[in-house]
Amino acid sequence: MSRLHPAVGITAVLTLAFLYLPMLAVAVFSVNETRYGMSWGGFTWKWYQSLFNPALSPDPKLTETIQAAFVTTMVLAVVSTLVATVLGTLLAIALERYPWTRRARAFLDNLLYLPVVTPDIILAAALVVAFSVLRQASSLFELGLPAMIIGHVTFQIAFVALVVQSRLKSLGADLDEAARDLYASYGYFVRRVLLPLLAPGIVAGAMLAFTLSLDDFVISFFTAGPDSQTLPLIIYGSVRRGVTPQIHALSTLIFLATVILVLLSERLTRRSA
Amino acid sequence: MNRVLVWYGELTTPGALSRRGLLFLLPAALWLMAFLVLPSLALVAVAFAERGTYGEVVWTFSLENLRRLLGYGLFGWSPDNLLILGRSVWVAFVTSLIAALLAYPLAFFIASRPPRTRYLWLTLVIIPFWTNLVIRTYAWQLLLSPDLPFAQVAAALGLAEPGAALYPGSFAVYVGMVSAFLPFMVLPLYSSVERIDSSLIEAARDLYASRARVFFQAILPQTLPGLTVGVILTFIPAMGMFVIPDLLGGAKYLLVGNLIQQQFGASRDWPFAAAISLGLMALTLVALRVYRRSGKDVDLV
Repeated sequence: MSRLHPAVGITAVLTLAFLYLPMLAVAVFSVNETRYGMSWGGFTWKWYQSLFNPALSPDPKLTETIQAAFVTTMVLAVVSTLVATVLGTLLAIALERYPWTRRARAFLDNLLYLPVVTPDIILAAALVVAFSVLRQASSLFELGLPAMIIGHVTFQIAFVALVVQSRLKSLGADLDEAARDLYASYGYFVRRVLLPLLAPGIVAGAMLAFTLSLDDFVISFFTAGPDSQTLPLIIYGSVRRGVTPQIHALSTLIFLATVILVLLSERLTRRSA
Repeated sequence: MNRVLVWYGELTTPGALSRRGLLFLLPAALWLMAFLVLPSLALVAVAFAERGTYGEVVWTFSLENLRRLLGYGLFGWSPDNLLILGRSVWVAFVTSLIAALLAYPLAFFIASRPPRTRYLWLTLVIIPFWTNLVIRTYAWQLLLSPDLPFAQVAAALGLAEPGAALYPGSFAVYVGMVSAFLPFMVLPLYSSVERIDSSLIEAARDLYASRARVFFQAILPQTLPGLTVGVILTFIPAMGMFVIPDLLGGAKYLLVGNLIQQQFGASRDWPFAAAISLGLMALTLVALRVYRRSGKDVDLV
């Protein structure tokens, strides 16, 4: 792997630049004084300030909508991540630490990978149809925040389970066996041995799930109700009406949040590996 | 069943073990059955139902939606739907191909970095992987607008009208698609490239194999699992994508994803949407089989 043709390196760096160019453009226009059009009008932080203070905003209603959407996005991400982390961790332990027959294992593997390969529009369409049936039983399934949470948990579970499963694999059986040899009860073993050892994997899985929730547009778009707009939905809506620098500022902040989450979860998984 | 066994250092019986295993398994398994498997089956069923006058689903068996998908409508046969289907397959194929062509150099470049900085380079690919797609897509509207260099260079070369934006259109859709899915190709591919046995490449070079032959006979077979996962994670979501064609393609460049979304939105015709989804779901099941075989050795996350 030592000698690479220089063209490979150049292509690689240009490809990375191609990946970051869009975010760079958004960041540049988020500090541009000019409200309409593409010309450079000087540097300003005012679009960021206007996100936090409706009084400073040229469009106070938009600021209020964004602030409400921020709350919805966070509630959605936090609740769905908590549920998915518990379910995904249990699933990983079940898959990795219990004997299943060949047929059961094949079925469970399919169930685990199905959310990974299913296009989000199919999941979204299937959920809309299912909710329309379930709604007759309970108002919980009205389109809106609870429906969005259900949708997000459904695609998050698999990713949490995959991260925790790989952590379980790398732990091996030695510590399980040592604990049981020393007469740890199963409950004691889970609380004092398994969960502490798994913690970095669980946290990394949870952060991945949180990022996935922030990243989602399609599931939210299909299952949102009139009072439950998320930030990506607001951005999408404003793109159709014409974007303002305020939206660029919002997008840049979301991007920065993603960067921080990725860096943190990388740190966790690398250190524990 | 009084057979006793030792499982992870614990003296237990098969019955007790599976009871506890089910306790761990059931919450997630039931959730996925209730909100993924059964809804998908419901969607399949809806594909064979009819649309009522007010957009409701009428449960009478009908193949009407599939006939419409093939182009037989109220006003005779029209190629529109088939055109959209064909275009989606083509766009997904070209996107996968370009993404793979760009992913190989990037994966090799990252793998050739010293171990200390390798994870930094890898993180540079992971960040766009998790960045919101709506943001990354509308950003291309900015970049392709007439006042910025891309459009001006294209105009100077005679490739575009002076003063016109480079979107909406097929070009913008390809740019958006490739930039959206490139990380989905690079990450699984890297996980294969990282484990490549480079002595095979060196041996091939020592024996004067041409560059093409080195690639096809020494590199490609070793990176096939990663490439397969990358193609699955690119091709299928690209088929179902509606954000990118919506924001960058315009009304004349619809893909299957837009068609499905329209039936849930303005047209309110769920049975037809379900019929369109059938093909995509079949493709997903094929991918699932392949993924279970190659995906085991590829770390995605």
